[in-house]
Amino acid sequence: MVFGRARRARQNAPDPVALKVLVAGGFGVGKTTFVGAVSEIKPLRTEETLTEASVPHDSTAGVERKTTTTVAMDFGRITLSDSLVLYLFGTPGQDRFWFLWDELAQGALGAVVLADTRRLEDCFAAIDYFERRAIPFAVAVNCFDGAQSYPEETVRAALDLDAGVPLLLCDARRRESARDVLIAAVRMACSTTAISTSRADSRRRASQRSSGTPASRSRAARTVSSG
Amino acid sequence: MTERWFDDAAGPVVRPYAMTRGRTRGASDEPLDLIALVLAEDERPTVPADAEKSEEAGSDGVEGQPTRAETEERFQYEHRLVPEHLDILRLCREELISVAELAAALDLPVGVVRVLLDDLLDVELVRVTRPVPPAELPDESVLREVIDGLRAL
Repeated sequence: MVFGRARRARQNAPDPVALKVLVAGGFGVGKTTFVGAVSEIKPLRTEETLTEASVPHDSTAGVERKTTTTVAMDFGRITLSDSLVLYLFGTPGQDRFWFLWDELAQGALGAVVLADTRRLEDCFAAIDYFERRAIPFAVAVNCFDGAQSYPEETVRAALDLDAGVPLLLCDARRRESARDVLIAAVRMACSTTAISTSRADSRRRASQRSSGTPASRSRAARTVSSG
Repeated sequence: MTERWFDDAAGPVVRPYAMTRGRTRGASDEPLDLIALVLAEDERPTVPADAEKSEEAGSDGVEGQPTRAETEERFQYEHRLVPEHLDILRLCREELISVAELAAALDLPVGVVRVLLDDLLDVELVRVTRPVPPAELPDESVLREVIDGLRAL
């Protein structure tokens, strides 16, 4: 083919690397703001196969042959060098799009869980998800104006976080603040890949916990909101 | 009068999957990863630059120089491409770009872009990187590079 020469030349350079970090948290916690503060945001819509989980919500009455639904996601890019790009994906906040998470989570370097102390329980699902799949994550409490602030230990206890999981306060509107949270998440990924055995440990812990934890988490959350 | 829909409000003129001739999946078994990077296989634009054109004029006859549009059309026909294929080729020549970004830039669902990319892979006009799972990163230096890069933001 005509372009053979160019192709051979290209093969000498190592392939560029793309990595991704997920930004999760409840609806309205500031995921879009966070992604926009630290990266060049791009509108992404993906057409997904309707699953049983989404069928009750997306009524297909009259369009019974419709088997896909369009989902919009927050999506950002941070170019770190000529050959290294970091992508941010805001996970869809609504419960009915949970089926999308599995594709996003596959191969993710790490995750950021955004929390709002007024509705702490909204991020339990995300924390459980990442623990169960042994995806390294950091929790960032988005400090909304007018929201009462709690000591770190209180929030940590309410979320039942492992000691090693970073917990930060952040202002998702500020670039430096969002950046620091990302750094914490990547650091977490660093330490997890270094000691791969601890991954297996945390996975085991997560599976043990999956039976009892949701209750203890919501109990703790009630303590916070009443205190 | 005012009730009529114009432009964007009226929705797309062409249904997205018409571009893929109705196909919802490409030839490959595994769907392309959202962050797989798409690299154009040829450095040259689809239409030869003017300088190159005059150099190569001997082969094609001087008077019968094809216009830009004609060349593009022929290229498109030869590879059985739709205009969106050309858009993809143009975008991945401009910068390092992922499957998800192509979808965002072209305002097309990811599913459509995946099918179009499969076509381009088939005729070897693009190459796609396979994202490295974090557990398989050769060493921590990449992660350190990420941290340093973020710090510099």
